[in-house]
Amino acid sequence: MKVDRRSFLSFVIGGAAGTALTPLPWKLTDDLSIWSQNWPWTPIPPSGETTYVASTCTLCPGACGISVRKVDDRVVKIEGLGGHPVNDGGICPLGLSGPQLLYSPTRVRTPLKKVNGGWQEISWDKAIQEIAVRLKELREKGQPQSVVWVSDTDRGTVAELSKRFLTVYGSPNFIRTPSIQDSYELALYLTQGQRAMAGFDLANATYVLSFGSGIIEGWGTPPHLFRAKSAMQQRGGKISQLEGRLSKTAAKADQFIPIKPGTEGALALGLIHVILKEGIYRKDVVQNQSVGSDALKRLAGDDFAPEAVSKATGVDAKTIVDLAKAFAGAKKPLAICGRGNGRQESGNAQEFLAVHFLNALVGSINTAGGVIAVPEPDYIEWPEPEMDAVASNGMQQARMDGAGGKDFPLSRYLLNRLPEMLSAGSTSPVQALFVNSANPAYNLLDTVKVEKGLKKIPLIVSFSAFMDETAAMAHYILPNHVYLERFEDVPAAQGFPNPVIGLVKPVVRPLFNTRHTGDAVMQLAKAVGGNVAAAFGWESYEACLQESLGDKWDALKEEGYWVDAKFSPAAFETKSKKFEFANADIALLPAYTAPKAPGDDKTFPLTLIPFDTLRLGSGSIGAPPFLVKSLEETLLTKNDGLVEINPIDAQKLGLADGADAVLSTPKGIAQVKVTLSEGIMPGLVAMVRGLGHTAYDRFLAGKGVNINRLMSSAEAPGTGFEAAWGVRAQLTKA
Amino acid sequence: MDQPTNKRFGMVIDLDKCTGCGACMVACMAENNVPFREDDTNKLLSISWMRVYRLKNGKPFPLAEECFLPRPCQHCEGHHGHSPCVSVCPATATDYDMQTGIVSQIPTRCFGCRYCMAACPYHVRQFNWWDPLWPDGMERSLNPDVSVRMRGIVEKCSFCYHRYQRALDQAYTEGRRDLKEHEYQTACTQACPAGAITFGDLNNPAHAVHKLAQPDMAHEGQSRNPKAFRLLERLGTNTKVYYLSSKEWIRKAGDTAVQKA
Repeated sequence: MKVDRRSFLSFVIGGAAGTALTPLPWKLTDDLSIWSQNWPWTPIPPSGETTYVASTCTLCPGACGISVRKVDDRVVKIEGLGGHPVNDGGICPLGLSGPQLLYSPTRVRTPLKKVNGGWQEISWDKAIQEIAVRLKELREKGQPQSVVWVSDTDRGTVAELSKRFLTVYGSPNFIRTPSIQDSYELALYLTQGQRAMAGFDLANATYVLSFGSGIIEGWGTPPHLFRAKSAMQQRGGKISQLEGRLSKTAAKADQFIPIKPGTEGALALGLIHVILKEGIYRKDVVQNQSVGSDALKRLAGDDFAPEAVSKATGVDAKTIVDLAKAFAGAKKPLAICGRGNGRQESGNAQEFLAVHFLNALVGSINTAGGVIAVPEPDYIEWPEPEMDAVASNGMQQARMDGAGGKDFPLSRYLLNRLPEMLSAGSTSPVQALFVNSANPAYNLLDTVKVEKGLKKIPLIVSFSAFMDETAAMAHYILPNHVYLERFEDVPAAQGFPNPVIGLVKPVVRPLFNTRHTGDAVMQLAKAVGGNVAAAFGWESYEACLQESLGDKWDALKEEGYWVDAKFSPAAFETKSKKFEFANADIALLPAYTAPKAPGDDKTFPLTLIPFDTLRLGSGSIGAPPFLVKSLEETLLTKNDGLVEINPIDAQKLGLADGADAVLSTPKGIAQVKVTLSEGIMPGLVAMVRGLGHTAYDRFLAGKGVNINRLMSSAEAPGTGFEAAWGVRAQLTKA
Repeated sequence: MDQPTNKRFGMVIDLDKCTGCGACMVACMAENNVPFREDDTNKLLSISWMRVYRLKNGKPFPLAEECFLPRPCQHCEGHHGHSPCVSVCPATATDYDMQTGIVSQIPTRCFGCRYCMAACPYHVRQFNWWDPLWPDGMERSLNPDVSVRMRGIVEKCSFCYHRYQRALDQAYTEGRRDLKEHEYQTACTQACPAGAITFGDLNNPAHAVHKLAQPDMAHEGQSRNPKAFRLLERLGTNTKVYYLSSKEWIRKAGDTAVQKA
């Protein structure tokens, strides 16, 4: 057959058309995709028996109950524990990401020792021996007080074991990381004479006046407050949010009242002024259950008349009067304060006092819908340890941070003052630093100074389960189990209005060569020997925990939590047995002044403020991959952190949405991108907290900017508390 | 087709309660083995079955208002099950289930043509441009009830269908043929700390979703609740996710394009 042009084309076109009509192309596409879908590196999760373990979350002070789903010996999911008094099944994004922390590549798998700047694996016994030798030397030199212990909590068995260790060793320097707990505890102590924790019965309030508190951004007990907020608003309750920026809380409040940040205390005093002047306070409560209301009149005198307050705060005078009337007129009003999630700064105690006075004026102290004084947990009753002469002498030395000393007699912990002390002399007053569940090298403000200070300390021991910034600077890491691998008590839920104890339970066997910090402390004590060893008679941490919890142990092991549902707050323990608006202790505090943002306003025309989001880790926990993935594109784009700025300011600076810019403050400079927002007050720039890590994995490290590097520490007068709320800043086109 | 015993699983999301915290997104990722990448900031390429959008009222400070809108797959019924994505799929990888009202997605059938992505008006479908990879050891946290999707295919929210199957299995072993309302709940519903999400059978008048959504079946499920709206209702997609809001600007925003978060 002759192949001419015509038959050739017929063959090719006909063949193509014929093939197209057969299922062949589809079959091939399908086969190709099936082949490409079966790469061996795509994991196939093995199935197995599904079980649930009830435990408690430790990733923030909220103490939510969790239900951990396991498939055989793997943790596959963490859910909220239904019926739990705190969160009743609700859970936050960080709590949900727990399995990613358990299986995180940034976990420290074995004790490590720093040798010539690098890490060397070391056995537990050897590490503890070596640290004990250093500690014994310090005792022999008569300097036991140069040992400092930093932790994010001073409650519960592990914190108590650490304090006990320090006490018998001879150091008064146990320091809790700063948070609004400091100011709230002080306010309760000063006015009610009680060492107690502040709980907030938001669910039963009818009107909540929030001075910048991130009710839905991590403040207090997050999932509990989410539920409480939904419930109170559904019943017709209202929330007014005072803030310089339309935060999520402001967006979801019934009323958003813009206020110049840092002037919240002035507004609180302004409201007191109006309430007293109009006589709209609860006269029965104020007359019968309080003393010192005359002094309060002087405190909130003419300096805090609506016009004056309006000038300071930027809230107009009529709004101030209306707000005071709305607050005093509500059936169950509740005022709360502490900016953002309240886990970084202690705040200005005078501001907290003013807000607490507001609650007292309307009878919202220790009542349903009000502020509740929740007693400190009291289940830990160990025999007094026997002290030797070195320990007794060490314990009589002044605290290194100045807390409780002559300058700050009312304060208990002032970690924020440590970097200054460290950088002052040529040799470090701190000879050994122990860090447990805290990350000061990242979280403290003015990070550069903190790093400089830490570098001077000859011995840093970290108990971190993860290679965080502080662990990276340590000389030894004695890695703790993560919370899914260990027993531990969670002695309280911060901000929850009832006493509650949660039990952390080992859901899986420890994956690595880690050890419970409670056990590590005991073993360290035994290695130091003498009275220090004698103070720890327990066989193991678990035995100690079980003994401490006593008759609650069985219930806790069964349910995962214990709650005192019938609890009613104790009577005031002041001298007058009443609520005191004024007394000798309160008089020790200087009068309220609105703290200024550090930096001169000529060079730095703007003010940088931090804000929080639940989509990033809080405190010492770096965000796991799921959280970083869930971040809004207005917070992070590629590796660039974004700053929020009002379009008015942006136009003045010639910055378009998404433009590259340089953000500088008296403390540092950062490359950023700009995101325009109508939700921020002109004159302010805002940046999220929780980014800019140098440690952790590739999913977090190097992303965005650590705002703490740009912030300046601001010591509050009278208390020494960290009261920084912002810093002067300049934004220029890159 | 429409027998009275058929279920129409649907969701009501109360935007007054939603706080935009993102727990639904993370609960979904953990439940459904959603992969993550080193840089997941380009949201057009980032896979998230549930995504929380931010709506703005467009007014200047201090009148600016914001609202958060979680967006799972809307499980469109269209007219008699002709959802936009189902009708374009050449591989029958996605299907409208008349028994449950759920739009399924079968990863192993999908060959990645992405017609469905173009057809979906809600951006609920996402393409796996990369191999899903977990850091060493983290693959231990994967859920065996949901298969890991591979590169080159499209994925989307399934209303946690595997949870329905699990609950049914459990009921059958107990000699029951029907589920109680709480037995089948999606991961996002369960996690939401604000109680903003309600899930259940829209056909069952006893279920909370039915009471909130008040669907008018004579008019393609349109809600009788004055606070309720559905996304892009004018397209006739007849979706099964209802939103509640007491604010008019938000209800209006639901019928136009969703703004950039």
